Amino acid sequence: MPDTPSKPGAAGAPLIEPGVVERVLAAAVRRGGDMAEIFAEDRQISGASLDDRKVEELSSGRERGAGIRVVVGETTGFAHTADMSEAGLLGAAEAAAAVARSGGGEARIVALPSRHGRPPRAEVLPSTVAKARKLELLVRADDVARASGGAITQVQVGYGDSRRRVLVASTDGVLAEDDQVRTRFSVVCVASGDTGLQTGYESVAHTMGFELFDQVDVDEVARTAARRALGKLSARPAPSGEVPVVLAGGSGGILFHEACGHGLEADHIVKDSSVYVGRVGEQVASPLVTLVDDGTIVGEWGHYAVDDEGRPAARNVLIDHGVLTDYMWDWLRARKQGRHSSGNGRRQSYQHLPMVRMTNTFLMAGTEDPDEIVAQTPSGVYVAKLGGGQVNTATGDFVFGTTEAYLIEHGRITEPLRDANLIGNGPEVLRRIDAVAGDFSMTPGTCGKDGQSVPVGCGQATLRITGVTIGGTAA
Amino acid sequence: MSELLDLARSVVERARPGEGVEAYVARGHDTEVRAFAGEVEHLASASSAGIGVRVVLGAADGEGSRVGFAWAGSLEPGVVDAVLADARDNAVYATPDPHVALAQPDGVAATELDLWDPGFSGVSTDEKVRMALELEQMVRGADPRVRQVESADYGDASVEVALASTTGIRANTRRTSAYVSVSAIAGDGDESQTGSGFSVGRSAPALDLERAGRDAVTRAVRLLGAGKVRSGRFTVVFDPRVVATLLSVVSSALSGEAVVKGRSFFAGRLGEEVAAGMVTLVDDPTDPRAYGAAAFDGEGLACRRNVLIDGGVLEGFVYDSVSARRAGTVSTGSAVRSGYAGTPGAGCRALALSPGELDQPAILASVGDGVYVQSVTGVHSGVSTVSGDFSVGAEGLMIRAGALAEPVREVTVASTLQRMLRSVLHVGCDVEWLPGAAAGQTLAIGDMQLSGS
Repeated sequence: MPDTPSKPGAAGAPLIEPGVVERVLAAAVRRGGDMAEIFAEDRQISGASLDDRKVEELSSGRERGAGIRVVVGETTGFAHTADMSEAGLLGAAEAAAAVARSGGGEARIVALPSRHGRPPRAEVLPSTVAKARKLELLVRADDVARASGGAITQVQVGYGDSRRRVLVASTDGVLAEDDQVRTRFSVVCVASGDTGLQTGYESVAHTMGFELFDQVDVDEVARTAARRALGKLSARPAPSGEVPVVLAGGSGGILFHEACGHGLEADHIVKDSSVYVGRVGEQVASPLVTLVDDGTIVGEWGHYAVDDEGRPAARNVLIDHGVLTDYMWDWLRARKQGRHSSGNGRRQSYQHLPMVRMTNTFLMAGTEDPDEIVAQTPSGVYVAKLGGGQVNTATGDFVFGTTEAYLIEHGRITEPLRDANLIGNGPEVLRRIDAVAGDFSMTPGTCGKDGQSVPVGCGQATLRITGVTIGGTAA
Repeated sequence: MSELLDLARSVVERARPGEGVEAYVARGHDTEVRAFAGEVEHLASASSAGIGVRVVLGAADGEGSRVGFAWAGSLEPGVVDAVLADARDNAVYATPDPHVALAQPDGVAATELDLWDPGFSGVSTDEKVRMALELEQMVRGADPRVRQVESADYGDASVEVALASTTGIRANTRRTSAYVSVSAIAGDGDESQTGSGFSVGRSAPALDLERAGRDAVTRAVRLLGAGKVRSGRFTVVFDPRVVATLLSVVSSALSGEAVVKGRSFFAGRLGEEVAAGMVTLVDDPTDPRAYGAAAFDGEGLACRRNVLIDGGVLEGFVYDSVSARRAGTVSTGSAVRSGYAGTPGAGCRALALSPGELDQPAILASVGDGVYVQSVTGVHSGVSTVSGDFSVGAEGLMIRAGALAEPVREVTVASTLQRMLRSVLHVGCDVEWLPGAAAGQTLAIGDMQLSGS
């Protein structure tokens, strides 16, 4: 795309004309069905990468299409097409409706509301920024990272932005649009020493435009990545066995994403494949735990105005002072329970069916002083940065990996540790949280589920778990 | 099929003087059926197509070349025009690099592989639905302790790819694939344990539903009653499925691109003994049994057999054209790309260890006491192919007196990839081609740290 300036603040033309939307929905339920829906998407992506001191590649991509689903009883029919002409959409509607051939269900087509186009929520659309300006950021981060220490032997810097326009319309009378702009920046450093190679990673990612770089100092991102790699050169193997763990604010939110977030997604609940089934109203965590999933926080990585089923994003309290208050819902699972979606229906693209997903999931801050929490921990492990995790919702067992961790000895943070996974059981670990500080922060991540990836935010303040198993190699 | 190659060629023919252009065009069709509680939960079916274009420009001062990339999920003429223009514009901004170039035909003939099952399109949607439903019923009824089948899926895909470039590359391939997979939950009181099973093939008739169902049930049921064990050092026997995952991870460290950029623990160790003498590791996409079998690589060169570790000695890496030039060698026909939206990089498609003498029961008997790991978690968060640090969540069974004993869960096993390769005690003879870039086979590794209570 040439760098032609486009004016932010104005909503573009609809992805599909209203008359076409109505005719396609009517065709989708002609042979029966409880509900039909069109999800149209136009996604433009651009990226740039620097590696081995060179700007290796700029890339740009575009994907545009529509997914159509028809729900009949317990069954969903789904088809998608990149052909957004009326004929293309009717063809997809026909394919999706094939599940309805045996009849059953009579969708009442509710009149669609009048359209309110939504302008992109970005001050500076990345497509209006000169490519050379983006590349300056890469080169700068490379220079800063390499200047952090002679042991830094390799640096990889990535920039990416995306603009995703969506339109959702259903026979239930939903007509919603969103225009989501996201920008990210990441640095990976390799440090080399007597003990071999180590890596350090840091990223920033927000649901906003190029104004991200007014708020974020890429030098700091580069220095942080370099510091992590350099620090681990002198790291000793992580311990093994059960130890007290202090998780620093920010990326520690992955703990909640894995320990209970996935288990509170209603698709796992209705299939009885979560350890949290039937436990609403019960104490499932320490009273210090108040957990919220909130898609409305403007600017955060998991933010949107409407979800991929056209429902407004919402703030949902999941655990209140340790008591389970609710699960997260999409349209399909909410319908089974005769309730409303909580605005958590998301999909990777128009080629995917929606399912229940988290947005920005975080632990509400406590009141303690983070330094005091460490000082009152005679021995254990301090995790400054977590990398990622995984959970089995049916058993509650989950892992999460450290990318920057230290020993705590006599209430002080001492030696750096090599990377390791920690393993625990969700409900057990949540009960073992005995201190939460006030130093809250959020961190971006990519959440994978059933083959689909979506951007999410995780957050928490510094906290302590009285005991969790760390998987190092030291006895 | 030649229609795709015609399109790729037509893009390449629009190269300007001095410009290199490569067009990768793909088209596919896939179906997925999920069964739950005796009903079809969803039935999805769709076609998709797209194009990825790389443009290589010579630098004004002759000091190397620059590459730009663009892609789109559409083959409409206007979109294809825009993709070429975008790729060309993107190339202007890259740093000139003497190693950047499109792949040159190297005269290696592509292996004839039969990856397209002509019976594929003859399988009706009803038959696909029936398979998913049957698998679900089979697992539900297999054992009274199975209390839920979270999902039972049938899926298939057909893909056609064409690639052309100004250097004279012309490649055209197509393949079909089908799978069933099932996830079972076994229960006993408040306790739940999970197990999965699957079967893959070139089309529906090749699938073994019974095997997929039995695996899921066995794996879930045998974990009932699992608990933590005390931390300690153990010999670990890895299930073939886990081994396929581990080999895929190790393959990142064998990528010539990672090595030449100093991002692999194998960097600088060519010709050295990096593994136990029984370890011979080969990437051979020309083996038609491999799930990742392919005639052409992601740059249109013929795929070939590459020996990476031979008798414990590190013999080579896999290269695409650019990483090969950077390393002062030639491509091993190992460019991989993730469809039309991705650019080529060096990687493996069909890794396997040369089989040993023993099957799994014989390996367990030989090990005597240890831990059998049936599945691992946190591979992306706990394994680094740069440092070699290895720490994963594990569940499985204790090995006592040479046989599988009580189940164990919520533990980790840890070591470094370097030490694990040197501590291989047995490579199973039970080679099994699994989905992904590697084969599975039983593997015993000594002296790993298990972390539990």
